[in-house]
Amino acid sequence: MAHYIFLIIGAVLVNNVVFVRILGLCPFLGVSKKLETAIGMGAATTFVLTLACGSSYLIEHWLLIPFDVAYLRTLSFIVVIAAIVQLTELVIQKTSPVLHQVLGIYLPLITTNCAVLGIPLLSVNYQHNFMEALLFGAGSATGFSLALVLFAGIRERLEGAEVPAPFKGTAIALVTAGLMSLAFMGFAGLDKF
Amino acid sequence: MLSALLVMAGLAIVIGAALGFASLKFKVEGDPLVDKIDAILPQTQCGQCGFPGCKPYATAIANGEADINCCPPGGDDGIHKLADLLGRDYKPLNAENGVEKPKAVAFIDEQTCIGCTLCLQACPVDAISGAAKQMHTIIAPLCTGCELCIAPCPVDCITMQVVEETVDTWKWRYPTFLLKPVAERASA
Repeated sequence: MAHYIFLIIGAVLVNNVVFVRILGLCPFLGVSKKLETAIGMGAATTFVLTLACGSSYLIEHWLLIPFDVAYLRTLSFIVVIAAIVQLTELVIQKTSPVLHQVLGIYLPLITTNCAVLGIPLLSVNYQHNFMEALLFGAGSATGFSLALVLFAGIRERLEGAEVPAPFKGTAIALVTAGLMSLAFMGFAGLDKF
Repeated sequence: MLSALLVMAGLAIVIGAALGFASLKFKVEGDPLVDKIDAILPQTQCGQCGFPGCKPYATAIANGEADINCCPPGGDDGIHKLADLLGRDYKPLNAENGVEKPKAVAFIDEQTCIGCTLCLQACPVDAISGAAKQMHTIIAPLCTGCELCIAPCPVDCITMQVVEETVDTWKWRYPTFLLKPVAERASA
């Protein structure tokens, strides 16, 4: 049990997918202008990434290893993730139009989020079992949502701040992201994970 | 090599079949009424009805949230068509939303234009071409005559020009029968 808790804390804080692994920067910078959209994107990504980790574990162990074609891993994971995102969108559109409206454009955008491909690939590298893969996916996605929401909050404050002209807009956002990344390095001291 | 091809082909076939099945099973029918109402609206995207465009107004009418007489560019004719479609009574145009005007397109006085791009940002149909500090001009066939570009212009160089009837734009008029009061006819 303790092993699983360490796995989650490690994925959320110590090896935060955005600040430490530097994955998924495109939505991190693109969808963090407003707090609500950041929360929507975080929720959608968490959902898809957990599913993606679970299904890529199944693909790896039921398809790629038995047929001895492990070199097809990246290709087959991309196909499976794209299909999951499509399927999720169809199901949500039918079952919960409200949720579909909230997630909106962010759902299809997840297909191109490199964190969603990177985390399942890492999970295979770490030789996780099925439960570990699911928790690793959910934990990493929670870390992504945390980073996104924190960053969106800071950016909303920055809108009202007096930023020197050369730093306005994306420049100050990148500086902020760098500082937050430095702050998250503090968690590296928890090197048990 | 062959097993790799078979694995990928099998994966693609299974996923394709699953998605195809899901798209049939989870199909969401759009509201056909909204599309019919939207087809009647003039698509000026002018926002005079108080909604951000023609489609949101059509949705609001279909949901019973908006009345049918809020569209000045559609005019009397549009209200009649909407009343027929929805089986409601005809109402005159709500004056709060504006008055019906003859179809017009915007025109930029290019001598006065300073190239500020404010009208470009206001145009809902991207019918203005130009760039910062370059002269702007209206692409007349695309202009819907919504007048949204007039207010932002800092030098007031945009005017509305009524579209003259040409052989290309002429349309058959609906027949109108004027009802004259009986008394008037008797005196005449």
